[in-house]
This record gives sequence, structure tokens and C-alpha cells, in this order.
Amino acid sequence: MSNIKYILGSFGDPDELMHGIDKLQENNIKIYDVYTPMPIHGIEAKLGIKRSRLDILAFFCGITGTASAFALIYLTSVVDWKHNIGGKPALALPDFIPIMFELTVLFCAFSLVGSYYASTHLFPGRAPRVMDLRATDDRFIIAIDAQQNVEHSKIDGLLKDAGALEVKHNERKYISYE
Amino acid sequence: MGTHNYNLTEQFEFTGKAKTLSIVAIVVGIVAIVLGFVQGAHERTFANLLLMAYYFACVCMSGAFFLAVQFVAQAGWSASILRVPQAMAKTLPIAVVILIAVIGLGLYTHNLYHHWHADGLTDQNSANYDKLIDGKSAFLNVPFFMARQVIFLGVYCIFAVLLAKLSNNEDLEGGLNSYRKSFKYSCIFLVIYGFTTPIFAFDTVMSLEAHWFSTMFGWYNFAAMWVSSLATIAIIIILLRKSGYMSWVNNSHLHNLGQFIFGFSIFWTYVWFAQFMLIYYANIPEETVYFYKRFEHYEFWFYLNLILNFLSPVLLLMDRDNKRQENILLTVSIIVLCGHWVDYYQMIMPGTVEEHHKFGYIEIGTAIGFVGLFTFTVLNALSKKPLIAKNHPFLQESLNHHL
Repeated sequence: MSNIKYILGSFGDPDELMHGIDKLQENNIKIYDVYTPMPIHGIEAKLGIKRSRLDILAFFCGITGTASAFALIYLTSVVDWKHNIGGKPALALPDFIPIMFELTVLFCAFSLVGSYYASTHLFPGRAPRVMDLRATDDRFIIAIDAQQNVEHSKIDGLLKDAGALEVKHNERKYISYE
Repeated sequence: MGTHNYNLTEQFEFTGKAKTLSIVAIVVGIVAIVLGFVQGAHERTFANLLLMAYYFACVCMSGAFFLAVQFVAQAGWSASILRVPQAMAKTLPIAVVILIAVIGLGLYTHNLYHHWHADGLTDQNSANYDKLIDGKSAFLNVPFFMARQVIFLGVYCIFAVLLAKLSNNEDLEGGLNSYRKSFKYSCIFLVIYGFTTPIFAFDTVMSLEAHWFSTMFGWYNFAAMWVSSLATIAIIIILLRKSGYMSWVNNSHLHNLGQFIFGFSIFWTYVWFAQFMLIYYANIPEETVYFYKRFEHYEFWFYLNLILNFLSPVLLLMDRDNKRQENILLTVSIIVLCGHWVDYYQMIMPGTVEEHHKFGYIEIGTAIGFVGLFTFTVLNALSKKPLIAKNHPFLQESLNHHL
């Protein structure tokens, strides 16, 4: 067993990258992940990536915000300390709506920022997880798990045939950690 | 990318059922309007005519606005569907002639705008003297009012026809010349449109109850006309697709239109609520009179308005997959169009027929008549040119559109 953990095929062009993905999939080689410096249309479908559940999270966080705002106003200005504002009833719902709306947006936005940090492991002071630094610049990277796919020379050949400019055998997963 | 076999010279044929039904609808409308006048319901018929003529003009001019927004934003996704709003823009002159005729006749016969246009309102010695209206008479007098209507609507017409014409030139000549000109004129049009539509809405609808005013009213009406126009564009495209045209329109185009309808329905609610809440909160009698009338005599319509225009688009279009399904998008678009009829109904009726409003053959007949007229004129304009602007610089982007 070699020490190689990941094989990285580095492409200079998104079309060649897509071609490389096709080649690997035809040979039943499982792709660990693909890193690109820009979004590529149709790549999610090709890699079989499931749809993000971010919208569902956003919805429930938003609803929590609405409920919190309502609870806050209701408990303070209806139950606890009634005010007479312009002769309106204590439970004057139209007055509540702007605050409920704002807290919905606030909860939603905070939870989305939080979930983004959690899913990308991007915390202040922590080195980001990067498998190949040039994926953040001008290269399109296909990563293959070298422990699961043992035919390394075949993978190298396939990547080169598809137009990879460079094939790397990395012994560490994330090169950005020191 | 870019290996499509679309027929870029495809042309819509306006024949058969669509033509017959729209002519039948126009006849139904004329019969309903004539019956309304014969039976003596002059004011009610005029109110309905104003409602539908205003709706018709607003949908068409927002078609021109849609075109201008796409050009100014340099949007690529919409390049292949621009012929539909162009057909609506080309119909605008017809809508404008009808609207100005209805307003002019309504003023002349004292069936519309009688809150500020009646004998003696501005005459200090008259028994009818109204100090508030006298104070507003520098703005609200018939010559200036009609001049504003003619100038605003005329300018919208010029830009609407110009944008459609530039696109036709592009078909013939190719090159970027027409696109650059469209961009330039769109910028000018948007500035003019943005500043004048609120005044247009103040004049045409808000002045029906001339004692009351709201500065939100212009944007409230703008949101209504914009969202109803987007719904109309979606309906026309989906129905064309269902009858075998525009095969290049994919789910992503529908998704974009769905996002527009969803987003601007919420924007409409936002503006509606901002107007309502400020009046509710401040509780000043001269402002609350507007909602007092609507709560007293129009309660059903008041709540129906919110259900159709806010709850149904929010609940039905929130999900991503729903925006991409043409049947759901079609249903929501039709609900939103009916909803904005209800919206205009409870804007216009309390200022004209007051508490004697009815929902009968005049309302339904006039609405059907104008829908028929709209269908006939827009489909007729659409059938004159190919269904795709084949030399649009962003056409490939639109054909490959993917979300």
C-alpha cells in the first residue's frame, strides 16, 4: 500500500475537465470531488451531487425568527405591560408585522452565515481546506481517492488523455495545513 | 455548448380557436357595456371601463418596461422571449387610445372624477364650494389633467414602439447597432417611466377620491402593474409552448419568470402594507377614510385581494420545483391576474359607485371583453414577426440558459 492519499488531475480548461470526468466515469473510477475557480453549469448533475438543503434550513430559521419576534412583542406588550398606543388594542397585529419581518430576515441571515462557516470549516484564524492552491486561481482540479482506487497508472493515463496539464500524487489531503 | 436545432424563423400563426374565442370575448364585452348603458348604470359601466382600460394600458406599458429593464441590465436569459413583451409594447398605442377616450368621456359626462370635477367646486360663492379641492385645483383641473395623460401615455407609446422597431431592424440588419440604440433609449425610458408612473397612478386612480392622498399610492400601483404584466408574459409564453411554439423556452426561463412573479408579488404586498400600516398607525381621520370605506362596504374584496395577490403566490411559488413546472406557474399567473383585477376593483369602485357596487354581468362582461381585446391585439402583433429575435447579441446565452 502506497502512501499516496489523493490523485489530483489539474486541467486548464473547463471543457477538458468535463471530458476528464466523463472518461473517469466510463471507467468506473469514483471521483472524490472537483474544485473549480468558477461555477460550471451542469457539473452538479454530472457528478450526481444532491441538491442543497439550504433553502429548507433558511425556511425553518426564518420561521423561528417570526415566532421569536411574536413571542417577544406578545409577552412584553400584551401580557406583561400593556401600553395604550393611539387607542389601539394591546394585540395590534399590523404594528407587530415589521418587527416580525425584521427578525425573520435576521435569523435567516445569521443562520445561513453560520451554516456556511460550519459546512466549509472556514472559521476566523483557521487555515482553509484546500487540496490544490491553483484551484482558487486558474486550474480546474479533479480529486480521486487513491486508497479506494488502486490502479494509479491507469488513472494517470486517463487524466493525461483527457487533457490534464499536470497529475499530482499527494500524500496529504489538504496541502494548506502546516 | 450551442448545438441546438431550433427553427429561428418560426412564426406564430394567429388562426383557429384563439382568434375565434378572442373575437367572441370582444363581442361579449361590447354587449355587456352597451347593456350597462341601456339599463342606466352609467357610472358603474364607466367605472368598469376605466378599470379595464387602465389594466390593459398598464399591462402593455409594463411590457415596454420589461424590455427596457432587460436592455439596461444587459440580461442574457431573456433574449429568446423578448418578442412577447415586444408584442405587448406594440399594443400599447391601442390601449392608450381606449384609456384616454374612457377618461375623456368620463370627465365630459361627469361619470368619473366627480370628486374634483363638478360644477362650483372651486367657486367661492357656490353652495358646492370645496376648499380642499379648490386648493388642489392648480394640479387637478381638466386641461392640465388631460395634458398630463396625453403626454405621459404618448411618451410611453413612443418608447414602446421604438424598442419594438429597433428589434425588428436588428432582425434585418444584424450587428450591434440596434442593440446599442435599444440600450440608450431604454436608459432614457426608465428614468422617464420611473418618475412619471406614480403621477400617472395619482391622476388616473387616486384622484377618483380627490380628498384623500397617499404618497405610497404611485409605487403601490407600479408594483401591481409590473407583477400583472410579468404574469401575462408568463401566461403567453406557457400557452405558446403548449401549442408547440417556442420550443427553446426551457424550465430555467420559467424559473426566472416564476422568481419575478414571486418576488414582485411580495414587493406589491410590501408596498400595500407600508401604505396600510402607516395610515393604521397614525390614525388621522383624513387618511383613514380610505380604509374606512373599504372596511365598511368592501370587506370581502379587501381580504380576497390579499389572499389572491400575496398568499397564493407565496405558498404556491416558494418551492423551487414549483417555479419550474409550467402548469403551476400558469395557475399562479392566472390567480395573480384575477387578483390584480380585484385590487383595481377595490381601488376604483369606492371612488365612483361608492357603496352601490355590484359584481354582475357588467363587471364580468367588461373584463372578458378587454381580455379578448388584449388577446386579439397582442397575438396579432406577435404573428407579424418571427418568435425569436435571431440577431440579438445574447441569443446564444438565452438558448443555453441554465439555472
